[in-house]
Amino acid sequence: MTEKSKGPDLEGLPADPTTAPFWRAAREHRLVVQRCTVCGAHQFYPRPFCLACSSLALEWVEASGRATVYSKTTVRIPVVEELTPPYVVGIVTLDEGPRLTTNLVGDEPEIGDQVIVTWRERPDLPPLPVFGKPVAERGAR
Amino acid sequence: MDLRPAYIAGVAETPLGEVWDHSELSMAAVAAHEALAEAGMTFADVDALFTNYMGEEGTVQLGEYLGIMPHYADSTDLGGAAFEAFVHHAVAAIHAGRCEVALIAYASRQRTRRSRKMTRESDTSSLGAQFELSYGLPGPLGHYAMIAARHMYQYGTTSEQLAEIAVAARAWAALNPKAWSRDPITVGDVVGSRLICDPLHRLDVCLVTDGGGAAVVTTAERARDAAKRAVRVLGVGESQTHWSIAQMPDLTVTAGAVSGRDAFGMAGIKPSDVDVLEPYDSFTITVLLALEDLGFCAKGEGGAFVEGGRLAPGGALPALTSGGGLSYNHPGAFGLLLLVEAVRQLRGEAGDRQVPGAGIAVAHGVGGLMSTASTVVLGND
Repeated sequence: MTEKSKGPDLEGLPADPTTAPFWRAAREHRLVVQRCTVCGAHQFYPRPFCLACSSLALEWVEASGRATVYSKTTVRIPVVEELTPPYVVGIVTLDEGPRLTTNLVGDEPEIGDQVIVTWRERPDLPPLPVFGKPVAERGAR
Repeated sequence: MDLRPAYIAGVAETPLGEVWDHSELSMAAVAAHEALAEAGMTFADVDALFTNYMGEEGTVQLGEYLGIMPHYADSTDLGGAAFEAFVHHAVAAIHAGRCEVALIAYASRQRTRRSRKMTRESDTSSLGAQFELSYGLPGPLGHYAMIAARHMYQYGTTSEQLAEIAVAARAWAALNPKAWSRDPITVGDVVGSRLICDPLHRLDVCLVTDGGGAAVVTTAERARDAAKRAVRVLGVGESQTHWSIAQMPDLTVTAGAVSGRDAFGMAGIKPSDVDVLEPYDSFTITVLLALEDLGFCAKGEGGAFVEGGRLAPGGALPALTSGGGLSYNHPGAFGLLLLVEAVRQLRGEAGDRQVPGAGIAVAHGVGGLMSTASTVVLGND
C-alpha cells in the first residue's frame, strides 16, 4: 500500500479487510463464517480461498450458533485488562464444522457439552461471541 | 544412503541462569568459540551460520559480531524447534555441497531482562489479537493448557501422570551442577503447586532463565580434526501444524508425528533403539505428546507410560537428562541445549548423569504454540 492510498474503510473495527465482514455481523449479534459455494465446506477464520478445495468462490453465511466444547482452560493469571481472572477460555467446534477460540460463560460447560453463542458487549469495539449452555439446560441441575 | 554423512563436531553452553556480565551477542560468541574449539576450528572456518531471535535480521547481526560472512545463512523462526531444524537444514546444505562448517548459535537474557510476556500480539488487527487475545488467552500457557485438558478428556490422562515428567526432570537436574532448580520434588509437590491455567500447575511449566548454546555441524572430513569425538547425524525431520490454537487439526497430535517419522525413518531406527531422549519440555504435556508422537508409546498411552519413573534416572527410557527446561535451563528457546546434552551423553561426558553406554540419542524440539517440531537422531560411529 502506498502512503497516498486511503485503504479500505474498516470503521475502526479491530480487523483486516478479510475479517471485517465478521465484525460487522457481530455488531448485529450475527455469528458468520465463510462457506464454499463449490464444495460446501465452512471455514473460520476467513481467507480468500477455500481450505478444503482451493476454490475462490466463498460466501458469508450465518452459523446456527450451536457448538460443542472441544477444550478449555481456566485462566488464573492476569492477561488483558478487560478480563479479571479466573475466567474460562475454550475452543468450540461449531455445528457447521469450524473451530474457534472463545470464552465459556455462565454455568460452566465441560468438554463435550453442547453450547450456544451469546454476545459480550465491549466499549468501542464490536460485541464478542462467547458461548454458554443453552438457557433450557441452565438450572436443570 | 549415498549422501555424505554429517557430524556434530562441537557443542557448548553459554553462561546460564542469571547472566549480568554479558550481552546476548557476547554470550553466543563465547559458546560458539568453545564449540568451534571442540571441533578443532575457529570462526575463520565457518561458512554457514544459523540463529534465531538474535535481532531482527538474525544471522546478519550475529555474523557481523562474530566476524563471519557466511555463504549460507538461515534465521528460520520455528521457535524452540528452530535449532533441531537448523541441523536438518545444515545437513541438507552439506549434502548439497553448499557449505562445510555450519555454526548454530543462540543466547537469551530473558530472565535478567524480564522480557517474557503473556501477550505476544501488539498489532490489534492481527489474527491473534482479533480471535485469541480478545478472549484473554495467554500464549503459550493457555494453548498448552487446552492441549493438556483435551488429552485428559480423550484419554483419561491425569495431573499426577503429567507431574511424573516434572519429577523426572528434577531428579536429573539434581545430578547436573549447572541446573537452575536442583531440590527434589514429588508428584504431590507438582499437583499441589499453584494452578496457573487448568490443568497446568506452576511446576508443570518450564523455567525462565538466561542461557543458550552453540553447535558445529560439519562433514566427516572436517570433523576428523576435532579435539573431541564428533557424533554422527543419523536422521533429521521437521514439521509444523498451526499458529492459532483453534486451527490445530487435533489437539492431541503434534507436528512431532511427522518430524519424528522422517528423522527415525532416515536414521533407520525404532524408538526401542534410542538410549537417551532429549524431548523439549516447555511444559510437562509437551513431553507426554512427544513420547506418543515419536512412537515410544501408543497415542493416548503417554500418561501410563511415564508412571513409575520411566524417564527418571535408572528408568527404562532416560529422558530430560540435563534436567530439561523444567529444571535445568530454559532461555526462551531451549532446542539448542537439547543438542548439547545429547552430544555430551553420546560422548560419555555427562558426569553423574551419564547414561551408561549411550549409543543413540534423540533431540526433539517443539516450538511456538505447540506449533512446530523438529527431530534429530544422533549416534556414535
